[in-house]
Amino acid sequence: MMPERLNQTWVYLSASPLFWLTMTLVAYQLAFYLYQRCGQRPIANPVLISIILLVSLLTATNTPYHRYFEGAQFVHFLLGPATVALAIPLYGQFRKLVNMAGPLAIALVGGSLTAMLSAVFVGHWFGGSLPTLLSLAPKSVTTPIAMGIAENIGGHPSLAAVMVIVTGILGAMVAQTLYRWLNIRDDAVAGFALGVSAHGIGTARAFQINETTGAFAALGMGLNGLLTAAALPGIVSWIRPWLQ
Amino acid sequence: MIAALTWLLLYQLAGEVLARVLSLPVPGPVIGMALLFGTLVVRGYLGRPIPQPMQQTANVLLQHLSLLFVPAGTGIMIYLQLIAEEWLPITAALLVSTVGGMAMTALILKALMGRQQPGGVSDDA
Repeated sequence: MMPERLNQTWVYLSASPLFWLTMTLVAYQLAFYLYQRCGQRPIANPVLISIILLVSLLTATNTPYHRYFEGAQFVHFLLGPATVALAIPLYGQFRKLVNMAGPLAIALVGGSLTAMLSAVFVGHWFGGSLPTLLSLAPKSVTTPIAMGIAENIGGHPSLAAVMVIVTGILGAMVAQTLYRWLNIRDDAVAGFALGVSAHGIGTARAFQINETTGAFAALGMGLNGLLTAAALPGIVSWIRPWLQ
Repeated sequence: MIAALTWLLLYQLAGEVLARVLSLPVPGPVIGMALLFGTLVVRGYLGRPIPQPMQQTANVLLQHLSLLFVPAGTGIMIYLQLIAEEWLPITAALLVSTVGGMAMTALILKALMGRQQPGGVSDDA
């Protein structure tokens, strides 16, 4: 009698948004706890750990991703208002932004082009297929922009979203080591480069460093989103002959 | 908190409408961010600070920004097969371009700022 009840309860719960929404938050809490226990070392990235936990759980319970997303979409939805809210720390750095406008613009173009072109050409040299390369091209910009661009240029939008998130995790993990090697000490420089190359997850990481780093990361993320959306379709049609 | 959230959603909505009407290649939330930034600049000129509830709500949302990427990131499970087949080009491309893009941005900015302000940029160190 009892196992039958349990089974029915599971069938009911696994199909309800409540269960997978709760599991998303539980996985994140666990991941964040581990991150704290590891002394906030970037290698214990909370997004990475949460994803590993959730993918394991979904695979173990044979749950398809779309059913998971029915619950998790409530968290996903908050990305919109959170993106709008980035205007607030950004405004906090207004004076500094105006002073640095020229250097920021040049660094943005250099960094953004390096990320786009190196992703496509390195992927090509190692034998990546064209749809994969086109899904990799917008990998440095925030998820919704990257999905729109990938669709526009002939990649897979949801694969692009995955590439974006892996890029963000990677960027968040390597940033401080890289800055130590390159002797980058200024918070504005560190934050801006994190935002340009590792979008929202880089920005999340930057806010864990401090407010100034976070604000410049938000700026880098926003500007690179605008630049990539405007420039990538043209660049792709231009480099396409080299990718055949 | 609710009032601030309402404002954030209104700006996002305005961004979505503008993006569609003007068929801009940029998503609504990013335009919403630009609109809110513009509003704050104008308010600043009028001598008005950021409203306290807005500041608090933004802090709550941004403190755990990483959580918001978890649902989309879990979508990797759909592509495990493809990633297994093309793991080498994908890994190489992601590593080189993420590190390369970050290093390039940081080095250019550092070089240009050093020139702009001789003696370094340690005003907030």
